[in-house]
Amino acid sequence: MDTTITTYTRIRRQGILSNDQLFYEHNGEAATFAGDAYKHLQLSYPKFHKMDLLCKAGLLATETALKDHASFQSLDMSRVAIVLANRASSLETDRQHQRSISDKSNYFPSPAVFVYTLPNIVIGEIAIKYKITGENAFFVCEHFDAALLHDYAETLLKSEHTDAVLAGWTDVDQGLTDTLIYLVERSTDSNKNTNFKPHSFETINQLYTL
Amino acid sequence: MIFASSYHNIISPLGLNSHENYEAVHSGTSPIKQHLFSFSADPFCVAHIDDSLIARATSCVKHAEKHTRLELLSLLSIQDVLQQSGINAGDKDLGLIYTTTKGNIDLLEGDHPGIDPNRVYLPVFANYLKQQLGLVNIPLVVSNACISGLLGIIMAQRFIEQKRCRHVIVCGGDILSEFTLSGFKSFNALSPEPCKPFDANRTGINLGEAVSSILITADETLAGHEKTQLVRGASANDANHISGPSRTGDGLLQAIQQTLVAGETLPGFISAHGTATPYNDEMESIAFERAGLTTMPVNSLKGYYGHTLGAAGVLETVISLMALHRQTFIKSAGYESKGVSGQIQLIDKTSPGTISSFLKTASGFGGCNGAALFMKA
Repeated sequence: MDTTITTYTRIRRQGILSNDQLFYEHNGEAATFAGDAYKHLQLSYPKFHKMDLLCKAGLLATETALKDHASFQSLDMSRVAIVLANRASSLETDRQHQRSISDKSNYFPSPAVFVYTLPNIVIGEIAIKYKITGENAFFVCEHFDAALLHDYAETLLKSEHTDAVLAGWTDVDQGLTDTLIYLVERSTDSNKNTNFKPHSFETINQLYTL
Repeated sequence: MIFASSYHNIISPLGLNSHENYEAVHSGTSPIKQHLFSFSADPFCVAHIDDSLIARATSCVKHAEKHTRLELLSLLSIQDVLQQSGINAGDKDLGLIYTTTKGNIDLLEGDHPGIDPNRVYLPVFANYLKQQLGLVNIPLVVSNACISGLLGIIMAQRFIEQKRCRHVIVCGGDILSEFTLSGFKSFNALSPEPCKPFDANRTGINLGEAVSSILITADETLAGHEKTQLVRGASANDANHISGPSRTGDGLLQAIQQTLVAGETLPGFISAHGTATPYNDEMESIAFERAGLTTMPVNSLKGYYGHTLGAAGVLETVISLMALHRQTFIKSAGYESKGVSGQIQLIDKTSPGTISSFLKTASGFGGCNGAALFMKA
């Protein structure tokens, strides 16, 4: 079975690179990156503003990757899987929740923060936005692991229940975001043209080093 | 064929191995009670592992103080499975999947002399376990909310099928911490009394702490004396709400439908997620009814353990495997009268039965759901 990466977005050093095009470059402070990128994308999705940075980064990357990818709309969303990984889990938001309970004289744990203290919430946010209901997996790894992402996506695509896998890495730690989101589909005559990339360990590593 | 072996372990308030745990569950013991933590003036109703039990566990561990609570319990749990199965920790065909929601989250606060604070990072924590155990392969951490443990077992099957390794120990663990207790309290999700899954008077969850491990293998000689086939499993997302279950049970239904194949014999019972929150249990009952499982005995084990988060899927699978081989339906503790609208049959008494398979399900924050089928081999 041939499989192809049909669209991708890389977010790194405050730049958004999508399908070999620099889509957005942020010149302001790191803290305003997600909000400014949202405006640049002309997104209208009020839930975005409630999200933590991990979810915002995952959603911005997914939106950029999918918005001009016409064939995505023709997929059966119950047969699309989401497989993500990172290093810091949800620690950025964990620290925020911890600060809210550390001082008993200034104690304010909030459900709106606590709900983001799980890394797979970014899968949930992407699933809600695009109505994707297939398989889920969130791995936490020491380093970007192209082999793991590749092999797990291949396993799912070989099963009878999955037609496409939205996969990648989205890490937020100490205010820095490091995100790669891509879509893997079974190869067809139309998606095998030169714009698309074979789904391989090497391609995934190449995209990550962009 | 992939086996869920009979080499497993549970460390919980009910004991230090799976047999102690099963005996306690079988006799209807629940350790859930009010516990006063140093960080709060008010007690929490939880399943807390007593210091005396921890002391019994650590009596044979050198330098126990250099491990965190979760590391210590995890090392003991995994070592028990290695010892029972006879697999060498250094076996290159052995993988470890660690499933957790929060890992060493207690390291975020306060001083921990002699413990590297970077072990709050899950991969650093997992690598520490690898070094302590002498494993060859880098452990894989799965953090997928409350389905983590069950998803880890489903992944173990997939990794063995793709020949990534031949044997996988799946270990799930989470401890009680101010971090999780304060968070679930802010959600108003905590029950002030022992939880009552699926009951008309349920008022929420109790948190619990546990570590549980099981060997999943393709090698029949390592399946143990109680052989069980891990038939298949699946996950699915509700795509509905990040902290509330779907009203329709769509995601759980999809996971069940991909796990139960038309024409196969229906499972003998369902080990449900059953957290005892009003919405979760209602959603599960609707999904089970829509899946046509209206006459199947159902239990939740949360009444014995509370919600053990990343450990729950492993722990509840282990108890269910033991119940399967002992031909026993385990009572859904805390259940008195039906409080869900879906047509399902709760197990109201621990009793003998004829059982050849069971379905394990789980659901969690982020809209995730999982299901897996286990069959006597």
